[in-house]
Amino acid sequence: MTEPLIYDISVPGRCGVSLPGVDVPETPLPTELLRKELDLPEVSEMQVIRHFVHLSQFNHSIDKGFYPLGSCTMKYNPKINEDMARLPGFAHLHPLQDDEGAQGALALMFQLQTWLAEIAGFKAVSLAPAAGAQGEFAGILMIRKYHLDRGDTQRTKILIPNSAHGTNPATVTMAGFTAVELPSDENGDVDLQALKAVCDDTVAGMMITVPNTLGLFESHILEVVKTVHDCGGLMYMDGANMNALMGVVKPGELGFDVMHYNLHKTFSTPHGGGGPGSGPVGVGEKLVPYLPGPVVVMVEDGTDDEPPLYGLHMPEKSIGRLKAFHGNFGMHVRAYTYIRINGDEGIKDITRYAVLNANYLRVKLQDTYHIPYNRYCGHEFVLEGHFGDAPDIHALDISKRLMDYGIHPPTNYFPLIVPEALMIEPTETEDKQTLDAFVDAMKKIAAEARENPDLLKSAPHTTPVSRVDEVRAAKQLVLCCRPIPEWAG
Amino acid sequence: MGSWKTPEDLKYTRNDEWLRIEGNVGTMGLTDYAQDQLNDIVYVDLPDKGDTLKKGTSFCAVESVKAASDIYAPVSGKITEVNQALEDEPELINSDPYGKGWVVKFEIADPGEAAELLDAAAYAEYCNSRE
Amino acid sequence: MSYVPHTDAERQQMLAAIGVTTIEDLFEAVPASHRFPSLNLPAPMSEIETAAELQALAEANEHAGDFAIFRGAGAYHHFIPAAVNHVLLRGEFYTAYTPYQPEVSQGTLQAIFEYQSMISTLTGMDAANASHYDGATSLAEAVTVALEATRRKRNKIILSPAIHPQYRAVVRTYHQGGNLKIVGDAGRADIPDLLDMVDENTAMLAVAYPNFFGQIDDFAGLAQKVHDAGALLVMVANPMALALFKTPGELGADIVVGEGQPLGIPMSFGGPYLGFFATREHYVRRIAGRVVGETVDQDGKRAYVMTLRPREQDIRREKATSNICTNQGLMALAACVYLSLMGKCGLRTVAELCYHKAHYAARQLDALDGFQVDMSKPFFNEFVVKCPQPVQAINDALIEKGIIGGYDLGQDYPHLRNHMLVAVTEMNRKEEIDALAAALKEAPEEIRS
Repeated sequence: MTEPLIYDISVPGRCGVSLPGVDVPETPLPTELLRKELDLPEVSEMQVIRHFVHLSQFNHSIDKGFYPLGSCTMKYNPKINEDMARLPGFAHLHPLQDDEGAQGALALMFQLQTWLAEIAGFKAVSLAPAAGAQGEFAGILMIRKYHLDRGDTQRTKILIPNSAHGTNPATVTMAGFTAVELPSDENGDVDLQALKAVCDDTVAGMMITVPNTLGLFESHILEVVKTVHDCGGLMYMDGANMNALMGVVKPGELGFDVMHYNLHKTFSTPHGGGGPGSGPVGVGEKLVPYLPGPVVVMVEDGTDDEPPLYGLHMPEKSIGRLKAFHGNFGMHVRAYTYIRINGDEGIKDITRYAVLNANYLRVKLQDTYHIPYNRYCGHEFVLEGHFGDAPDIHALDISKRLMDYGIHPPTNYFPLIVPEALMIEPTETEDKQTLDAFVDAMKKIAAEARENPDLLKSAPHTTPVSRVDEVRAAKQLVLCCRPIPEWAG
Repeated sequence: MGSWKTPEDLKYTRNDEWLRIEGNVGTMGLTDYAQDQLNDIVYVDLPDKGDTLKKGTSFCAVESVKAASDIYAPVSGKITEVNQALEDEPELINSDPYGKGWVVKFEIADPGEAAELLDAAAYAEYCNSRE
Repeated sequence: MSYVPHTDAERQQMLAAIGVTTIEDLFEAVPASHRFPSLNLPAPMSEIETAAELQALAEANEHAGDFAIFRGAGAYHHFIPAAVNHVLLRGEFYTAYTPYQPEVSQGTLQAIFEYQSMISTLTGMDAANASHYDGATSLAEAVTVALEATRRKRNKIILSPAIHPQYRAVVRTYHQGGNLKIVGDAGRADIPDLLDMVDENTAMLAVAYPNFFGQIDDFAGLAQKVHDAGALLVMVANPMALALFKTPGELGADIVVGEGQPLGIPMSFGGPYLGFFATREHYVRRIAGRVVGETVDQDGKRAYVMTLRPREQDIRREKATSNICTNQGLMALAACVYLSLMGKCGLRTVAELCYHKAHYAARQLDALDGFQVDMSKPFFNEFVVKCPQPVQAINDALIEKGIIGGYDLGQDYPHLRNHMLVAVTEMNRKEEIDALAAALKEAPEEIRS
């Protein structure tokens, strides 16, 4: 199945919009400054709709079927969220509107900051980061500035367990630090001896994911936090896996100094085929002055007759702006809606059932697949996608074969510490029937791997395209279907 | 046991680079083992002529579809020639790692540094130990 | 209400399968001292009540649905055809993840490929990536590319003061951990002044097109001089202006970045937006972020896939030059649908409407006593007007008449106190422009009294 490129269905002279005429006296255009032509497609509105509807049908999505992509929290995205973000008072609000004229938006942001701080036990939250990776970056920059402000200039290292998300080491480098990798012990926890050995006055802090990327809650978390704090370092928690923690434990209370939230994971804002995300950061007392800005503050308390007055504020020693304006506000509206509807009990249930679902799948699959570190997991777990008696079959083949069963593959080859890793995260919104169907499919595939391995090696068979030639894509780069004419480049 | 080529006349590093020494001129590239591990090489981010090499320090990188790997200087020196052919045909490293797939030629600063490198037999053993 | 579907019976069956009695038993690894803290959140609320609360919050804002708006400064109230939103609301697009598995993501991949092609066309560049968070972060990433392209041998960049002040702030945030020297924007500097700062340590020079004041600067000879020094020329462009004006490619730019919000994305109080990033073939392999390439599947069918992956954070880890993973995928789709609908003629028409209406407004305002429009350079759809009184006071008077006035430039540029940046788009009818002129005429008197 293929769909022509939008340019390929273009017909000269066609247009997909109707526009008004010029209702003011015209001004001559500065001809010497103008471009020669504009190579955009010429198509009708219906052609556009059909084209993109066809394309949409080539995608797997949460709305279409099970999406157990580990570490990505592909939960159901409630439809009300979309309607709320599109309310004219939000969608058509200019970012540089005077604070007095944006009180509704600012009140919403203030409330969301407060709720997020409460959920994770932090003193303050900034909604500025545009994505989780930016939240991480902000967190590490805050740690950097905190040490520098105290004249503590020899701290150049950030410790990262080897089970960390790939973004963590990249973030550390971007912020000008050196990443020092820590090994895991036989239980999948941070190796405490190794940690103690590297902790000295050159350590600026540690980045750790809780639960870690094996889906396991760090058994000695308090000791890890204390060890790093004792050498003067600060603790960063990657909050990508908050879906396993809400109502169960507050990272701020465990001693973490800073953490980012992924609104597009935990708080149901859609993933959008790769963004937009939103990655607010929460901090303890020490780092409040360093938050990225602007943040929303209450300028005047409310009275019985008057609501409070909110305003945008740049924290005193802020690491600065992370993007223009104030974060991905449209995502803030969706997360606010989600927390409001769920309320205290609903938020707790999210974690309870996310963890129940993951453990149910783990137990149901443990006899068919090898599960290293097999203990109670959080919201996800990792199994090995290969079999001793079917040596040619790899995790990738199992993944591709799952597509034929209408299921999106789990996360492949991550974390790196498990060979042939398949990382499975069902989320709380999947029902028992879906989970059972997934278990059936995984068991059938395990049988197929022995009986008919070619069926897996050549999978998928039912998708719009078969496996693609990535070498060709990388070597003969074709990134644009319209060669740029001589005059334009 | 792997079947990677490890020519006798070359010196090797534990980062999987090879070095040919001719007078004070060094030629280096990636070993057969390295190209095999990387698989289809699609791009080499070549350094500039005149760049200084510091032993054990990365000075350029190669990319395959799924991985990227730094190339480290086997000994210190100054680059006198860069294999520009790799710009268009990075796969030369796959097809002829010790020949047309060479990466740079350079003036060796301290020939003494080469003494610490592995010989062919030791390197072959090192490759096998990682399988 | 919650979105958890489990019945009590199902929960019991699942717990039994796991071999525990309650869900709480699954959390034994969490330190008992910190387990199950109180959670001070409001009680659950129905969808009806929640929608009512959000509607009230939305209506408490002064927005372009109710007011005539003349504020731009990096975010613009443009027309968005209804069809854009309907495509974005396809669950197959907005509830999918990053297209790591190409066999079940061809929809997203092809749409991004088409988006990349359109951005290349607009900018006159060879290739574009799948997007960055916004125009500002796109510029910050361009700095990294320039530093890498000059092999980290140069550590100075020059930023024009006429680049959006917040974009320049973001560049500083991103690069505070390195030893980067940022010059050029400390005071007033025009293009020749910036060129004087170029030396052998300069990795790039960045200018805005049009600049923050809406003006088209004279770039003759600029690229040549920057390139002669071995540096890169980066342009921060408004994509709507590119429908009309010369491509940055023609002007010699090496990297073109900018804010894609004008292309079918609502202002939404500042985000989510779309940072576009395009460059010449020579720098393609240094692009951060995701890039989609064309290839074939096993049967030889055309297919799309994310390419240049090894540079990304999940593979390159601490050696990656950026940690970006999520981009603004859905916003890139919005721009792609918007540009398809507008097409060759429509986009040019919108740009011309902006141009004519802005110039009409400029003449009307310039004719007012005490107001003076800067017409020293050609401009697109924004212009600077000097006001007889503080901009804030004037805007307060305008809002009373249902008009959101221009941006107060004195906030960022001390020498532009009492100067207002006025934006006009195809959404501003002649009557609105005339009403703005009338309100401005009366404003000084009203403020004095």
